[in-house]
Parts: sequence; structure tokens; C-alpha cells
Amino acid sequence: MFYRENGQFKSSYASDQQMLPILQDRLFMAGLLVIAFAAVPFFATDYLFLSLLIPFLILALAAIGLNLVVGYCGQISLGHAAFMAVGAYAAYNLVLRLPQLNFLVVLVLAGLIAAAVGLVFGIPSLRIKGLYLGVATLAAQFFMDWLFARVKWFTNYAHSGSVQTAPVEVFGWIVDTPVEKYLFLLVVLIVFTLIAKNLVRSHIGREWMAIRDMDVAAEVIGIRPVYAKLTAFAVSSFYVGVAGALWGFVHLGSWEPLAFSLTLSLNLLFMIIIGGMGSLLGSYFGAAFILMLPILLNQVPAMLGVPISTAMASHLEFMIFGALIVFFLIVEPHGLARLWAIGKEKLRLWPFPH
Amino acid sequence: MKQGAKRAVLAVSVAVAAVFGSTAALAQAKKAEAKKMEAPSKGGEQFFPVLSYRTGAYAPNGVPFANGFVDYLKLVNARDGGINGIKITWEECETGYATDRGVECYERLKGKGPTGATAFHPLSTGITFAVTDKSFVDKIPIITFGYGRADSVDGTVFGWNFPLGGTYWDAADMLVQHIGKKEGGLDKLKGKKIALVYHDSPYGKEPIALLQERAKMHGYELLLLPVTHPGVEQKATWLQVRQQRPDYVFLWGWGVMNSTSIKEAVATGYPREKMYGVWWSGAEPDVTPAGDGAKGYSALVFLAPAGTGAVHKDIVKYVHDKGQGTGNKEGFGEVLYNRGMVGAMMTVEAVKRAQIKHGKKPLKGEEVRWGLENMALDNAAIKRLGFEGFMTPISTSCVDHRGDSVAGIHTWDGKRWVIEKGTTLVADSTIIKPMIRASAEKYAAEKKLVKRDCAKEAG
Repeated sequence: MFYRENGQFKSSYASDQQMLPILQDRLFMAGLLVIAFAAVPFFATDYLFLSLLIPFLILALAAIGLNLVVGYCGQISLGHAAFMAVGAYAAYNLVLRLPQLNFLVVLVLAGLIAAAVGLVFGIPSLRIKGLYLGVATLAAQFFMDWLFARVKWFTNYAHSGSVQTAPVEVFGWIVDTPVEKYLFLLVVLIVFTLIAKNLVRSHIGREWMAIRDMDVAAEVIGIRPVYAKLTAFAVSSFYVGVAGALWGFVHLGSWEPLAFSLTLSLNLLFMIIIGGMGSLLGSYFGAAFILMLPILLNQVPAMLGVPISTAMASHLEFMIFGALIVFFLIVEPHGLARLWAIGKEKLRLWPFPH
Repeated sequence: MKQGAKRAVLAVSVAVAAVFGSTAALAQAKKAEAKKMEAPSKGGEQFFPVLSYRTGAYAPNGVPFANGFVDYLKLVNARDGGINGIKITWEECETGYATDRGVECYERLKGKGPTGATAFHPLSTGITFAVTDKSFVDKIPIITFGYGRADSVDGTVFGWNFPLGGTYWDAADMLVQHIGKKEGGLDKLKGKKIALVYHDSPYGKEPIALLQERAKMHGYELLLLPVTHPGVEQKATWLQVRQQRPDYVFLWGWGVMNSTSIKEAVATGYPREKMYGVWWSGAEPDVTPAGDGAKGYSALVFLAPAGTGAVHKDIVKYVHDKGQGTGNKEGFGEVLYNRGMVGAMMTVEAVKRAQIKHGKKPLKGEEVRWGLENMALDNAAIKRLGFEGFMTPISTSCVDHRGDSVAGIHTWDGKRWVIEKGTTLVADSTIIKPMIRASAEKYAAEKKLVKRDCAKEAG
């Protein structure tokens, strides 16, 4: 009834090509942005910012990055936390050795370095596919783990391999309170989401999807697999590298190589599987699901006042979380983004379904 | 999904919700009743956050420690009615020894209670590194007795960290001194080979800097053998031990890694008498899984050896006999249980001390820091508290956040830990002090920190 595009005519190319063609969607998005920028900073507590929202924003960015290569281009990667590590350590060394650089420049450079590394580790994708490629990308994970733990130069010879950073400063604005961190990350995330959205609608994104759907057919119609696959790896690593730099500088402040372990790689992969492959919205859903749900589940017994031990609560957390993953994948194998789309379809017909 | 199946799912979820709801209501009712029974405390409440790990690969060590910690808090409430009339409240949060969850727990608990968290015991060097950053903003002390950052002894840079009683640099130094003594002088270490089998995390890496420094001085060869988390796979590491035949092995493990190491040493045929563990690798859960093979293995022991003393009698009387004990006396009187108790005691004493300056009311973390910086636990105080034989005197200052560090050696005889009589090890501060200063300066520079001026604060 309310969600219907009757009477919304597209009379120009611009209106036909806009990102959100339906008025209600535009209103919803505008409302969401107003809430995110104007309402959340006033209502959220420090705990909400530091433990849930800030990591969520950064992991959503990383999930978008991974989704570009796995969801859009169909190349499985099990080693994306390694590229986050590259971004984080690149940013750390840039700040340390070139302190006059602006942090935004550092962020882009860190992304570019991660992209270069991603390009190198993307080369096997030219010859191998599917699970075999997944195993090959594990090499990136183990190599980077080894590199940052063993080569002392990267950690500035820190005696325990743990590095620390000063608060981020952008044009004289020191981003150190939770609200400031949140707003800074929100802006970064929105900018990168817009770029990604336009990228996947452009010829590059269409090439990726063609490769994903059937690489032989794509080659026949004139798409170069080398170019498409490597750009996907490079762009994806760029995104993930930026996310890694933010994870280190804004969220952690001090970290060790373990922060970017295989567990994080797998978590990123789970995010896009649960959230929805080949969907930017799904990256957000997935990040929220994987990051926030365990933390919330852990607190449910205490909130309800059920007197159980913390050990029992964490065992329950694992069990319920696992069950929910299975449940959602059975209900909708294409992820939460697909559920959202189905909901929207239903809403269009409501209250008179056929 | 079929219509019927959907209904079934709906029904199940409604049922689950109902069960949860009713237990919750019951629990609330019980809680309200309990509140009514408890006399309203006059003085208010002091909140103690407890980061613990009762699950995962480190649970064998995390459980007794947490039990000891919480039991002592219960004792203070039951026997003394709190800290000078201020009731202690606490909440546990499960970290699983994971840094990210530890930080989440820290954020969750830091603001609870009327005055926020008193002080944190992260019980993990990784979590310590992560929350050290936050302490400057939150102004809550982080007590890392016997672990954490070695350079945080310097109170002018690390204003909120308290590595009370010793750091890993102290521990490593003591071990080198001990084997030096056994060989008949530190100069006899020349040409010897020492292997460090360590947990590949900030915890295990901390002692390396000192061992390298000492290696330069005495000319022994240092073999670094990392073991990846959680440490159940050590075949490759011990293959290297077998090939290289080091004269001594220092074990820097935690959780299941320790017992695995000892089992591997048995399998490799490496003599346990030549193995020395840090004080976190010398508790009952570390040796009992290895059975008889662990006999002869030694470790450092600082604060709290195994056994029971006056305070344990009180705990039995006021806590366990009333059915209030934490975890069915699990590990009662064992090394880690006692260490947890000492940790709680030091925090409680710090609050007591701070009350002298700030008054007998619930204190903020910032106020408790004064108590931690002016700690003066002498032998008389330790005896009065019932900790005789479980602790060495500690006095701290604004500059020195560690106090004195003294440790001994104890050896596993197959049934219990036996303390080596007459061995008192003190770290050589002429080596460690310059290292602390250099490392703290570097930290301050990287973080762009302004150092504290202790002389000004005292005046």
C-alpha cells in the first residue's frame, strides 16, 4: 500500500539510472542517514559505540571488499584478513616513517599497497578455480602472518611484536572520542559504499559478474578474464586494506599479528555468505550478524536475570549462534539480503497478494 | 518452506520464548527476595570487574584463578562486611582469552556500579596491550601482576598500568641467574644453548628482549621456538629441540600448551630437570595431565605458592561452609587459586589505602590509582591478612609501578609442588632499568604521550 511505485515515471536517462529508482527507497535511505548522523550520536552509549558500532562499520567495509571479489567476481578467497594486515601495517609504517602525511593520504596509500599485494596473490586465480583457488589464497594468509610476526622491521622492532598508534588526526581534527570515531568511520564507509555501488553498476562490475556466471561465455563475448579477475582482486584488496588500516588505527589502537588471523578471514567469508553474496546490502547485514549477534547473545541471560555462570552463557552463545546460522541458511540460502528483497516484494503487494 | 513446517517453527519459537520468559520472571522474583533479605548496605558499593575465562583452551588455568579471585571478594564481604563498610559487588565476563572479547568485556564492565570499575585484571598479556591504550582516556587502573607489558613499570609513561610484583623481564632474568648459579657462575654460561619455547603472542614474546640482552653479556646461544595458539601441536618445535640439544629449555606457555610441552619433552626424551617454566607455567593443571612424566620439572614461583594458610581457613569458614564457594572448591589451595586470591587481595588493599586519602565511600578508578601507587604491604600487614607465606612485601610509588620482585623455584615431585629451600631470586635492575626506560620512551613517542610529572603530583 505504502511501498508502491505507481505514478513514478522516469522521463530522463538520469532518473532511469539513479541508484535508488523508487521514491520510498530514497526516503528510507535519507531517513536512515539522518538517524545515523543525527540521532545515534546522541543516544548511543560508549559501550555501544566502542564494542558494536565502530567494529561493525569497519567490518562492513571489509565485507564489501571481500564481496567484490567473491560475490561479484566469483573468486573464492580464504585469506582476506592478510590484506587487512597489509593495510594496517602499511599505514603504521607510513605514519611512523613519514609523519607529515595526512591520514587520509595514508589511508589511500595503505589501500594501494594492499591492492598491489592482492594483485600478486590474485595471479593463481588465472589458472585455478573454485575450492582450489580458495586453498591457494590461504597462502596469502599464512605468508602475511609469518611476515609480520617474524620480520621485525614492519613492527619497528617492538619487543613483543605488538605495535601501537597515536589517535588519528585529519586536518587538525583529532579523532579520539567514541562519537568522533563513529562519525569519521561513517563518512568513510558511505564514500566507499557509493564508489562500490557505482563500480558494480559500471562496465567493470558487469565484467566481473559475467566472469562469475560463466567464464567461458564471458571470454567469448570479449571479456578478458585476466583483466577482470585481477581488477577484482586489486579493488577488493584495496577496500580490505583500507578497512585493515582503520581497524588498527581507529578501533584497536594497538595490535599484534594475531589480530588478523585466519579466524578473521573466515569470519569475513561467513559475513558475506550469511549476508548475501553479490550484494552490498548483504555485506552490512552479514557484518552485523557475525559481529553483534554473539555479543548480544552472551548478554541475554544476564539481561533476563537468569542466574547462570559465564561459562554456561558462552557455551549457550556458541550453540544458539550456530543454530541460527544453520536456520538462516536453510530458510534462505542466498542470505539475509535476499530475505530483505523478498520482504520488499511482499510489501509491494500488501495488503492484496494474488 | 511448507505452511505446516512454518507453523511448527513458529510454535517452537513461541514455546522457547515462553520458557525463557518464565525462568526470567522466576529469577527476578528470587532476586527481589534475596535483596529484601540482605540488609541494605549503608556505605554504598564498590564494583569489581572480573575478566575471566572458564571456556576454551585456557580454561584449565583460568577457572582456578577466577575462583580464587571471586572467593576472596566473597570473604571480604562475609567476614569484614566489605571494605570499611563498603560492600563489594562484582560481575564476571567471559573473555575466552581472546583479545577482542576481552576488550568488549572491558567496555561492558568499565561503567558499572555507582562509581565505575575499580581496577581491571585482564589476565592476558594480549588484552593488557589492547586496554592499556584505553586506560589513558578511561582513567581506570590495570593491574597485571606478574604479566603484561614489561616496560609498564615506568609509571611516568604508563600512568595506569600496575605490573605489581614482577614482569616477564624480571622472570627471564631470574631464570638466567638461577641456571647460572647451578652451572657455578654466570660466566659458565658461555657457549651454552638455551631454548625458549614460547606461546607465539605478546605474552611469550615479552621475555625475548631480555634473554637477548643477557645472551650478549654471557655469550650463550638463544634458540627461539615459537608455538602457535593454542599450543596443542608442538611436534615441530620439539623436533628442533631434539636436533639442537639445548642445555636448558625455558617454557613460556599458558593453558594446554604447558602440559603438551611437558608431554612432548617426555616423548623427545628431553630431561625435565633441565626445563624451567615461567611462573605461569608452574601450576597443577600444567603438570597433572603429563602424569609421572612431569616429575622433576621446575618453574618459577612468585606470590602464592600452592598450599593453604590462615586466609584459606577463613574462606572455608565464611564462604565454602556456607555453600557460597565458587566452583565446588575446584583447585582450592592450588597455585592459580591462591594467585587469584592474592590478586583480589591486592586490589582490595589498594582500595583500602585509597580510602585513607579519599574517604570511606565508593571510589572511582582514578582515586583507586592513588592507593595502588602508594601501596605499602609489609610483612606485618601480610600476616594480619592471613597471607603469610603467600606473598612478599610490596611497596610502590608514582614512578615505580611494580614494587619489589622476588621469586623462588618450585619443582613438581609427581604429587605436589615442592619449593626449593634457600633459593631467593631477585632480578638485576641494572640490566632491566635501562631497557624499561628505552622501551617506555619509545611508547610515549609513538603514542605522542605527555609524561606525568610525579614530583609535581606529590606536591
